[in-house]
Amino acid sequence: MTVPATAPAAAPATAPLTRADVVVVGGGPSGLTAAAALAEALGPDATVLVLDREREAGGIPRHSDHTGYGIRDLHRVLRGPAYARVLVDRAREAGVVVETRAMVTGWAGERALEVTAPTGRRVVEAAAVVLATGARERARPARHIPGDRPDGVLTTGQLQNLVHLHHRPVGERAVVIGGELVSWSAVMTLREAGCRTVAMVTEHERSESYAAFRLLGRLALRVPVLARSRVVAIEGRGRVTGVVVEERDGSRRTVPCDLVVTTGDWIPDHELARSGGLELDRGTRGPLVDAALRTTAPGVFAVGNLLHPVDTADVAAIDGRQVVPAVLGWLGRETAPPSLSGVRLRVEAPLRWVAPQVVDPTGPAPARGRLLLWTDAWVERPRVEAVQDGEVVGSRRLPWPAAPGRVFRVPSAILDAARPDGGDVTLRLA
Amino acid sequence: MSTPSPAGAPRSVDVAVIGGGVVGTAIARRLAGADLSVAIVEARSDVGDGTSKANTAILHTGFDASPGTVESRLVAEGYHLLGDFAAATGIPVERTGALLVAWSEEELAALPGLRDKARRNGYDACAIVSAEEVRAAVPALGPGALGGLTVPGESIICTWSTTIALATDAVARGAEVLLEHRVTAVDATTDGSVLRTTGGDVRARWVVNAAGLHADTIDGLFGHDRFTVTPRRGELLVFDKLARPLAPLIVLPVPSSLGKGVLVSPTVYGNVMLGPTAEDLDDKTATGTSAAGFAFLREKGERIMPALFDEEVTTTYAGLRAAVPGGDYLLERDDEQHYVLVGGIRSTGLTACIAIAEHVAGLLAEGGVDVALRDDLPAPPRIPNIGEAGPRPYADAERIAADPAYGHVVCFCERVTAGEVRDAFDSAIPPRDMDGLRRRTRLMNGRCQGFFCGADAQAALETRGASLLAGADR
Ligand SMILES: Cc1cc2nc3c(=O)[nH]c(=O)nc-3n(C[C@H](O)[C@H](O)[C@H](O)COP(=O)(O)OP(=O)(O)OC[C@H]3O[C@@H](n4cnc5c(N)ncnc54)[C@H](O)[C@@H]3O)c2cc1C
Ligand SMILES: Cc1cc2nc3c(=O)[nH]c(=O)nc-3n(C[C@H](O)[C@H](O)[C@H](O)COP(=O)(O)OP(=O)(O)OC[C@H]3O[C@@H](n4cnc5c(N)ncnc54)[C@H](O)[C@@H]3O)c2cc1C
Repeated sequence: MTVPATAPAAAPATAPLTRADVVVVGGGPSGLTAAAALAEALGPDATVLVLDREREAGGIPRHSDHTGYGIRDLHRVLRGPAYARVLVDRAREAGVVVETRAMVTGWAGERALEVTAPTGRRVVEAAAVVLATGARERARPARHIPGDRPDGVLTTGQLQNLVHLHHRPVGERAVVIGGELVSWSAVMTLREAGCRTVAMVTEHERSESYAAFRLLGRLALRVPVLARSRVVAIEGRGRVTGVVVEERDGSRRTVPCDLVVTTGDWIPDHELARSGGLELDRGTRGPLVDAALRTTAPGVFAVGNLLHPVDTADVAAIDGRQVVPAVLGWLGRETAPPSLSGVRLRVEAPLRWVAPQVVDPTGPAPARGRLLLWTDAWVERPRVEAVQDGEVVGSRRLPWPAAPGRVFRVPSAILDAARPDGGDVTLRLA
Repeated sequence: MSTPSPAGAPRSVDVAVIGGGVVGTAIARRLAGADLSVAIVEARSDVGDGTSKANTAILHTGFDASPGTVESRLVAEGYHLLGDFAAATGIPVERTGALLVAWSEEELAALPGLRDKARRNGYDACAIVSAEEVRAAVPALGPGALGGLTVPGESIICTWSTTIALATDAVARGAEVLLEHRVTAVDATTDGSVLRTTGGDVRARWVVNAAGLHADTIDGLFGHDRFTVTPRRGELLVFDKLARPLAPLIVLPVPSSLGKGVLVSPTVYGNVMLGPTAEDLDDKTATGTSAAGFAFLREKGERIMPALFDEEVTTTYAGLRAAVPGGDYLLERDDEQHYVLVGGIRSTGLTACIAIAEHVAGLLAEGGVDVALRDDLPAPPRIPNIGEAGPRPYADAERIAADPAYGHVVCFCERVTAGEVRDAFDSAIPPRDMDGLRRRTRLMNGRCQGFFCGADAQAALETRGASLLAGADR
């Protein structure tokens, strides 16, 4: 069988744009929300272009076909694909040009992007660029899980693509590695695909996820959780046959399975941020940003899970609104400080990262008045302290836990007493 | 004597080459250029699916070979022969050069000896350089380098494309590629043999054994008991492309009695590789990776180039060297059985493959076979470029304008387009499984390992690329 050498190309209604006021790279919840909000703020004369490399815009929710989307941004609860459609429709209604199958592969200048699409290879010049490229889960090699290299080892992203977009069978007995929020999303997808989750393996003391999910896990999903354990080898030549699980005391056993899903353990898709010379934060591995979501590159902004790997889609989407004043300021429509400003935030273990990393205590607050942090240890009712120049400048006891596997939110008011001209502020658990 | 295979009379050829690795395909290509009918008889479902897919992919000058060995001569010759073939066919090669780094006084003292050895191997371009020059050449090196030896000719090459190009040229010259034909028994006579295979019988006037790790088993089927192949595992880590600026060239250790040691090398795909380990096993299928191997590489790597471990590991793999006693290639002809053994092609076979093929042709000529090249040979095939140094379709405006399928990126991390996937299925030796597709296009080889594209890639495999193109006009 041969496939025609040239796919018949539908004549594009209009030539692809090579210039725009704002180019948003990435059409997930954060990028679409930013684009819609910017198009509304800039009015009909301005061009806002979203470039997304997938066939459809919408980002991860496109294939995350379960409920739990849209709570904080749309104030309703939707399934992932429906949520994605709402955001795409809203952006288009606001006048945004959403171009799909258009991949940004690099920079041709400070705010000029190299783009590959079936319509051609081109450079798009923008007055302002918003990076919204999201995050991905670390796959098996990056997690250093040794053993054979059989088929049947995949990330949640690939699993959900297979099940929800391609309607493929995936296996019968799955082991899920990870105890994050997304791990339960994988379990739900597996159940829908008719695959039993025989074990969920997490290194933490317990499976760290929302109470509702935990309850689901114990009651409805009935998943045995192997806490304080890790997978130390994968077995099987053609197809996976099992995993070797080691408990913290060193004892090992083999759990037979025909599917392994590596979940969570996120890394931002920061390739463009890095090739554009943006300074990265060592903790998040995403671009360093201030509360207004400016990066260290003039006229380049960043939103969504690229900045905080990972939070829920609604929080990513709200970044899209948060970025508007700074972009307008840069475009000369409103006054906003020209560059990243404020004190530098740092964290102490077991906290792993904080976003944003630069906050002006007298300036605009971060989105929803929350600093986003990640913890490696569970603390039931944490007291958080902010320390500047050796002095505690803020302290809060929070009614919610610091839980590994999901974002730990801290009111940014904890910084209210920090001196804008002082040294770095370190956040720690007291 | 020979019972016809179910499909009818057994296939009959002048020469059957057992093994479709880089060595077997090079031999088949050479012999198919003569007036001979040739078949590659390969157990697996693709060429280049054994050791030839999992090595460090360096085109060696042969500077550190043992002078006077057959290996020394064939590596030095193969370096030029493969370099020329790569230029003609489009196999990715980057002339990066190598720097051998001394980390101790003892190693520093060994450098002049290595330079002299290189000369005895016919390679004169090595120079000893100071610690400062080493640091200037590779700023990301860890502290403690005392000096180095340059090997300007060492280069990196695409091992996958090499086997594909050799096999494609062999086919163009008239050879047959018999995949999923595992040789299980041999009936040898004085005027040829019948190979019993899982894909039916193959009758051949001459048989060349290029079965790599299993060359000893095949040799046994011919009644010999000459050697045992020990699989020597080499594990490797491949780092993210964002690490590539750290490794402008190949960083070699001073070789020891244990082997070539752990190197850091850029790859033609734009990654950085660290490895290999060296561990003798008895299982010839043990291509898994181990916790111990990773720990060893991490310890070595943190010394050689600590910044590497700030980057992500994109993939890990292990290859098995076909180690034999004696330390040289085993290239022998048996006139009684019309049989040639090509064994012990351990850690330099990629570089040497075309020279080995010439050598085998010479052996056959001495055995009375006419191996003179025909003068109506087809031009060498051009194979699709999958290297970073050459033009990639996603960045080629003219190509995309002529065919929009090259503008449809389906694997984002490696920037593989729908057009390239289609081309792979339209090629002379199309892939039969995902690994075959990966080796021809780089699809799914990137940092996401399928998070984004895995499901699309699977559909593409099942529809031979059509599922991707169907989307192109949606
Ligand atoms: C399995 C799973 C389940 C989840 N469940 C929930 C849930 O129940 N509720 C919830 O609120 N959240 C959930 N989340 C989290 C939610 O999906 C993310 O928070 C959200 O998608 C983040 O949006 P984003 O815009 O930052 O990034 P993404 O959604 O990742 O979007 C990034 C977009 O950028 C595009 N892109 C990247 N690089 C380029 C480039 N170079 N050129 C062009 N385009 C590019 C990508 O194609 C993609 O469309 C889940 C996540 C996963 C993985
Ligand atoms: C870790 C490592 C690093 C290396 N680095 C380099 C390097 O940098 N440069 C370099 O030049 N070389 C290098 N090498 C060496 C090089 O990879 C090998 O010498 C070369 O690939 C050997 O090719 P081959 O064709 O002999 O073997 P293979 O590729 O193993 O091919 C043998 C084939 O025979 C087939 N076969 C076996 N038994 C049967 C049967 N019964 N019937 C039919 N078919 C059969 C197998 O399926 C296989 O495809 C390295 C090797 C390793 C392991």
